[in-house]
Amino acid sequence: MAKGSRRASALRTDWRAGVLGALAIVLVVGPLVLDSYWIGLLTQIVILAILAMSLDILLGYTGLPSLGHAAFFGVAAYAVAVLSTTYRADFWTSVLAGVAMGTASAAAFGLIVAHVRDVYFLMITLALGMVLWGLSYRWIPVTGGDNGISGIPTLEAHAGLPVAGPLAFYYVTLLVCAGCAALMRTLVRSPFGLTLRGIRENEARMRSLGFNTWLHCYLSFVIAGAFASVAGVMWAYYNGFVSPTYLDLTASSELFLMVTLGGPATLVGPLLGAGAIVLLKNVMSAYTARWLLILGIVYIVAILAAPQGIWNLGGRRSAGPERT
Amino acid sequence: MTYLITQSLNGLFSAALLFLIASGLTLAFGVMKIVNIAHGSFYMLGVYVAYTVVLRTGSLIAGALVAVVVVGVVGFVMQRVFLRRFGAEPLPQMMMTMGFALLFRDLALMIWGGDPFTLQYPAGLRASVEAGDVVFPSYRLFVIAVAALVAAALWLVNEKTLIGARLRATVDDPEMASAIGINVARLSGVVFAAGAALAAFGGVMGGPILGGYAGIDFDLLPLAFVVVIVGGMGSLKGALVGSIVVGMIDNFGKALVPELSYFTLFAPMILVLALKPTGLYGKG
Repeated sequence: MAKGSRRASALRTDWRAGVLGALAIVLVVGPLVLDSYWIGLLTQIVILAILAMSLDILLGYTGLPSLGHAAFFGVAAYAVAVLSTTYRADFWTSVLAGVAMGTASAAAFGLIVAHVRDVYFLMITLALGMVLWGLSYRWIPVTGGDNGISGIPTLEAHAGLPVAGPLAFYYVTLLVCAGCAALMRTLVRSPFGLTLRGIRENEARMRSLGFNTWLHCYLSFVIAGAFASVAGVMWAYYNGFVSPTYLDLTASSELFLMVTLGGPATLVGPLLGAGAIVLLKNVMSAYTARWLLILGIVYIVAILAAPQGIWNLGGRRSAGPERT
Repeated sequence: MTYLITQSLNGLFSAALLFLIASGLTLAFGVMKIVNIAHGSFYMLGVYVAYTVVLRTGSLIAGALVAVVVVGVVGFVMQRVFLRRFGAEPLPQMMMTMGFALLFRDLALMIWGGDPFTLQYPAGLRASVEAGDVVFPSYRLFVIAVAALVAAALWLVNEKTLIGARLRATVDDPEMASAIGINVARLSGVVFAAGAALAAFGGVMGGPILGGYAGIDFDLLPLAFVVVIVGGMGSLKGALVGSIVVGMIDNFGKALVPELSYFTLFAPMILVLALKPTGLYGKG
């Protein structure tokens, strides 16, 4: 970075620190003063932030644009739903099986996609995601088809916690999110994470340096799938209901929008993106039925106005995966 | 045996529709490396526009013509005004088309309402053809024949004309193509518009049977993507072979194991990706 811009750079750092502080205050203290509607929205934001951050590992740090990432979220949510209702499984069985099944499907899909790159990766993950969506939609005996599965117990009751209600659930979710975020932050700063970034920038060079790039991409895919599964488990408990809409293309691309709008390869960006989309969606749908139209325009304007994402605004060098 | 023949003809009908959709998708991909999420929307817009025209004029041919022109123009404008800004960046392009897909879906809902409908069968094609034990609707045979004609025409354009030569050159190497004087930007616009028009035409052809409803865009899109992936991205021949493979498998899958119908598409895709990651006819 040029010397003259150091001052500007410091200002930008302050801007980011300020936003981070404000975010932390809203997330930690906010629910104590807000009513249950807003607590619900904050819970959604925090769960979807886990999901968006997990996609950021793939999209932002590894440069693998997955358009089927909501599928693993959906598999985990369905696993919890089926186990806790049809089979009356206990809490830990449901949670662990949910995460395990989401991760296992990521591990299986990863075998197919870990050697493909760029646009091909985009297209193939899109098709794979739609396959799982189709399964949830048509495999009616297990998934209930379009009606989905309802009657999932609340997390507090299922786990036998002494507290109950949206506030308690929110703080459990926040704790899970903070834990996941810390793990992901450690991951992307570890030698493994740095290797992922190396692959994003120049895979041929990384390979010639002796890195097994296939294995790194594969692991990155599986790890992202595992975190997406955690989000799926939380979502099943939050909503008490699962349906195929959580796996479909619109869900996956909304997720994609959260990451690109917030700023890829930042982890904080996806949190902002998740917040922006959830708030926009709920606030706008209170005023108009034309929500899809507005979302469509948001896509177009976001890409035209801030292609690098909010968190990367202000001249910071592109950290996005699309730079060549 | 009768069952087998009927189901194979049904499979060919699906393949015919899929080819009309997927050929444009694969060509746009070949020239611009664009993953067009709005491609199913072109199909949907085609049915809706044709529906309006058929209601006014009663002619499916007029409906098809208007739908092809209107959607072709929409595609051309979309490419020239929005997509070309992101020349070689597939991600912003994809996001852009996603935005348009949502926009088109909601606009269609606004203009035409949410009630599902089907287009009228053209006169003379309402009956069935009988051959021995096999009874098959003549309209489906007509669609298969039309798609075969379109495939032949596309092949002729691609192999025997100057535009086709330019197109193949651009698919092979866009930079080299523009260096030898091919106007890649204009060609991209034309190819994108032609692909949109083809999808709209597919919509009109499928209209009497599949009809139009909100959500048909995203119902068909994954099938078209599987065709393009199986056949090889950017290859017209691949789109043809891919749509026959996918149409057949989808049809027999739906008939034999209805619960897993989407899942049966998975098998050929994995097989192809495992053996040849770029698809049957794709270039590495």
